Amino acid sequence: MNSQQIYYIFDLCKSPNLSLSLSFITMAKQHARWSPYDNNGGTCVAIAGADYCVIAADTRMSTGYSILSRDYSKICKLADKCMMASSGFQADVRALQKVLAARHLIYQHQHNKQMSCPAMGQLLSNTLYYKRFFPYYAFNVLGGLDNEGKGCVFTYDAVGSYERVGYSSQGSGSTLIMPFLDNQLKSPSPLLLPAQDAVTPLSESEAVDLVKTCFASATERDIYTGDRLEIVILNADGVRREEMELRKD
Amino acid sequence: MNLVDSNQAQNNLMVSEAASERTLYPYVTGTSVIGIKYKDGILMAADMGGSYGSTLRYKSVERLKSIGKHSLLGASGEISDFQEILRNLDELILYDNMWDDGNSMGPKEVHNYLTRMMYNRRNKFNPLWNSLVLGGVKNGQKYLGTVNMIGVHFEDDHVATGFGNHLARPILRDEWHANLSFEDGVKLLEKCMRVLLYRDRSAINKLQIAKITEEGVTISQPYALKTFWNFAAFQNPTVGAEGSW
Repeated sequence: MNSQQIYYIFDLCKSPNLSLSLSFITMAKQHARWSPYDNNGGTCVAIAGADYCVIAADTRMSTGYSILSRDYSKICKLADKCMMASSGFQADVRALQKVLAARHLIYQHQHNKQMSCPAMGQLLSNTLYYKRFFPYYAFNVLGGLDNEGKGCVFTYDAVGSYERVGYSSQGSGSTLIMPFLDNQLKSPSPLLLPAQDAVTPLSESEAVDLVKTCFASATERDIYTGDRLEIVILNADGVRREEMELRKD
Repeated sequence: MNLVDSNQAQNNLMVSEAASERTLYPYVTGTSVIGIKYKDGILMAADMGGSYGSTLRYKSVERLKSIGKHSLLGASGEISDFQEILRNLDELILYDNMWDDGNSMGPKEVHNYLTRMMYNRRNKFNPLWNSLVLGGVKNGQKYLGTVNMIGVHFEDDHVATGFGNHLARPILRDEWHANLSFEDGVKLLEKCMRVLLYRDRSAINKLQIAKITEEGVTISQPYALKTFWNFAAFQNPTVGAEGSW
């Protein structure tokens, strides 16, 4: 760890606008300082039901006001019953996916089975925290089926804090989608004792429709969300995929 | 004592900053590269300028190079870093051929290698200051991808770096289709390069277009585009703007 790396960790806490205006005031350097991070945008949603899980993300990849690609998949299959949707810095997301794939391969050789979704949830948390002081700038939701075949969703921050929930949204459009999901799905308070089941009461097709509505709405106001929606549905029958076109402006 | 210690620490910090050599900003740079898929393979275009800041320092820089049997690489950004990348790739291809097993690296493998190299260097805070476009054809599969200096990468039917992403890609999104002929592909690239020539100050009117198909790589001789500067706004850009030069 060198001094520059520490500088960027602190810089992450500041808003990009603040550091930009500071560099104009001091005029110490004539050109913009190189940054190892970028924000490529994107929105992810996952909803858990009693016997299914829906994972969805848009396929736009941006940098600043430019669109890099209209067809980049943010959803990654980590195990038979476990999918990860990730937004943030694409290069870090890809590196994270590769680490998890490699660790899962080792797990399969050692245990002769697929990793369970809750186990993968813990592995993802540990993998993110391992880089606590030069973080993966990645915002993930993990969706899948647990050992009882019940839907499960894990939601994360960039440094590995995580929680099992009934539904979640991450990424650039999460501020628009999360309150809507809260309103529609009314998850039981995690403070209740005994602990309540967090899965949503919706049927599978209702959940898929809800996800489509969420993204159609978020695309209206979030410039980093759009182009195409990719939906993966996990249930006892296996994996099913759906897609929907989104606004391209 | 404390003061001495802290001075020492500061000196060490400064020495280590000065002693380490890393690209904090580029010296000689190349501007946009454009790549498209077409009916039989991949086409790529880049001009031959090498800019030293805003000075046009070099006018014959080849920024399109063939890699191994099945790949074509185009680079914008720091020219010296591009040359280092070429050295690394030469080594990669050489060691790959040395096994003499009849296998050869395809564009997908080369792109993946480049992706890991760029991301690795950004992790060391010592980036290779380039945006790269990699195209190729192997086993009938066309491949076109890009990667930048912090490791962001993707595949698409058409890609462009730098100004090309702003000026050329909107044209490509309008006019590109999967079974472009070679002639139409070249025409489309020339249209993009002409827009860049007019609007990107570091673009120059000496370019190369490269083609890669199952048969192999062909890189054109340098040539110039026909331009038309007699539009009224080009002739007298400040007419009607009183008090301006």
